[in-house]
Amino acid sequence: MDIPLLQVHDLSHSFLEGDERVNALRGVSFEAIAGELTSIVGPSGCGKSTLLYLLGLLDQPDSGEIIIDGKEISKSNEEQRTMLRNQSIGFVFQFHFLIKELTAVENVSLPAQKKGLSKKIALEKASDVLCKLGLESKRERFANKLSGGEQQRVAIARALVNSPALLLADEPTGNLDSANSENVFELLQNLAREQNIAVLMVTHNEEIANRCDKIISIRDGLIIN
Amino acid sequence: MSPSLQLALRYVFSRKRTMMMSLLGIVFGIAFFIVSQAQTSGFQKVFIDTILGTSGAIRISDRFQDNETTINKVSTDGKTHFIFKNRENSRFIDGIDHPAEIIESLSNFPSVIGISEILETIGRLNSHSRGQSVQVHGLRIQDHIKVSNIENQLIQGSIENFEKDRMGILIGYRIAQRLNIKLGERVNLVGTKKNFQLRVSGIFETGASEIDKKRIYIDLSTARSLIGKRFGGSILQLALSNVNNAPDVAKQIQESIGHRTVSWQEREKVWLDVFKALRISSAITVSCILLLSGLGMFNVFAIMVIEKTRDIAILRSIGFSPRDVSSVFLWQGTIVLIAGIILGVIAGAIATYIISQIPLSVRGIFSTDKFAVNWDISHYLTAVFIAALCVSVASWIPARRASRIEPAKIIRESI
Ligand SMILES: Nc1ncnc2c1ncn2[C@@H]1O[C@H](COP(=O)(O)OP(=O)(O)O)[C@@H](O)[C@H]1O
Ligand SMILES: [Mg+2]
Repeated sequence: MDIPLLQVHDLSHSFLEGDERVNALRGVSFEAIAGELTSIVGPSGCGKSTLLYLLGLLDQPDSGEIIIDGKEISKSNEEQRTMLRNQSIGFVFQFHFLIKELTAVENVSLPAQKKGLSKKIALEKASDVLCKLGLESKRERFANKLSGGEQQRVAIARALVNSPALLLADEPTGNLDSANSENVFELLQNLAREQNIAVLMVTHNEEIANRCDKIISIRDGLIIN
Repeated sequence: MSPSLQLALRYVFSRKRTMMMSLLGIVFGIAFFIVSQAQTSGFQKVFIDTILGTSGAIRISDRFQDNETTINKVSTDGKTHFIFKNRENSRFIDGIDHPAEIIESLSNFPSVIGISEILETIGRLNSHSRGQSVQVHGLRIQDHIKVSNIENQLIQGSIENFEKDRMGILIGYRIAQRLNIKLGERVNLVGTKKNFQLRVSGIFETGASEIDKKRIYIDLSTARSLIGKRFGGSILQLALSNVNNAPDVAKQIQESIGHRTVSWQEREKVWLDVFKALRISSAITVSCILLLSGLGMFNVFAIMVIEKTRDIAILRSIGFSPRDVSSVFLWQGTIVLIAGIILGVIAGAIATYIISQIPLSVRGIFSTDKFAVNWDISHYLTAVFIAALCVSVASWIPARRASRIEPAKIIRESI
């Protein structure tokens, strides 16, 4: 695993707030390797989420490069970005964001169906992923009938169903109690190891951050370590 | 089934009550549209059948005699190729002097499927007790059967009786009532030159009260003797294979033979315009129901897009394109629309049938004993089209808004 899966060069992003320009990221560069769990830490408002949304192609940077698997992707068109979001990148948010009209397994199967798998195969695949995350018995439950920890694990399953190379998690434990936090952390760590995924995780929990393979500290839009 | 369609189905069925309201609006709109068109066009159809059955599709009458100032070149297919007209020296001639010639030239018009020569005059009809003035129509009954509905209009007597008896007479039922005349009785018809004893061979009801009150039919030759005129002065009533072409055919005939030729559409324009106005105004009124349900649906979808911004952001983050997102909402509109069309068309057809069974007696410009309805696929298609238009707009605008949602912004704001 010599070639890093993700390379970020001099990434900058700013927002217009009224007449003022807020520089959320001011030239960030780092690399992430497949199979490694990297934590991103820093005080609130330092630009962690902004960085993750840029990497997840939900937003476009002012300048800089994002290279996944050797390909520069930050300036690709909407169609390519949609496909990369679907197939190469998994996203987990602080709030689980499941669709409450669908069951757990249907939620997880959506990205697989979008990728082009038949509904039946996508549901089978979703079911497998849920089993691996210990949610076998909760497959047919509607999303709003699950506990917070369960919902977050279903959201992780949804991010994993298309076997992405890169998993981005924005404070995935931020809304969970310590037992569930521990659970989710271990899950992400195992995923990185076993499925050879590059996992980037924003966290406020220092103890969890210290157990990661690598820590990126951000302050005022810059990396400081 | 695409994921967008699956989601749309789930969203629709998880909002049964709101969706049911939108659905009902569409169902009622379509059903009312169908019923109102079936009624107005039903009465219109009865009216048209009445006027075609009495006065025919085309009537040819007077002519402007033009002293060699009109040059017509008519090809064999009946189409006029060039005409030069100068009406300044025209002389007006009442009726047709040489029907045989005109009937001959009408053979150039293949759409003319029946020609009846009619001599119209007035007379006085006397029964044993009273008398009244009548419009006398002299005709050859076998010709006239082809250009009218006289066979079915007879409520007593028969065409055969009339045909056998040169002194036979057919009278409108209101005349029979007024003069207290029974079938087979003798009546006295007084014309300008002569009078005749005639025997009633039939009584007819056309539904047009002006005709039922005033008109009588006798044989053409009897009518000629009545006014002492051995030829000339008659008019021609024509039947066409396709009555909708009557205005064009009438125009061509007029141009080629120089006689005033009037189609039924021109002749009955006043009443036809009344029916048209009724149909259009009821279509507009009822379309408002569809418009309102479209507005309601727009409201439902607009609110849903706001409620579902998080879902939309998440869908985008897992690889739904903006277009996939908008199709989630377009599908919802389509699902409600299809259900609405199916139920609305069924409801409209059932309601039309029920209304057609309501007894209703109308006499005047036509006669009917039941609510007249017209079954026409075009009413259904128009209703479906208007509903589809309203629903498309109602779901398209929110769908477009949904597709423009910026996922990063929504996710950030909801944390
Ligand atoms: N949509 C926005 N408009 C203006 N400023 C924003 C917007 N989103 C984020 N910011 C600003 O950018 C900075 C970084 O925000 P963010 O990346 O959310 O921080 P973190 O996730 O580290 O708490 C903050 O100062 C925030 O106020
Ligand atoms: Mg954040």
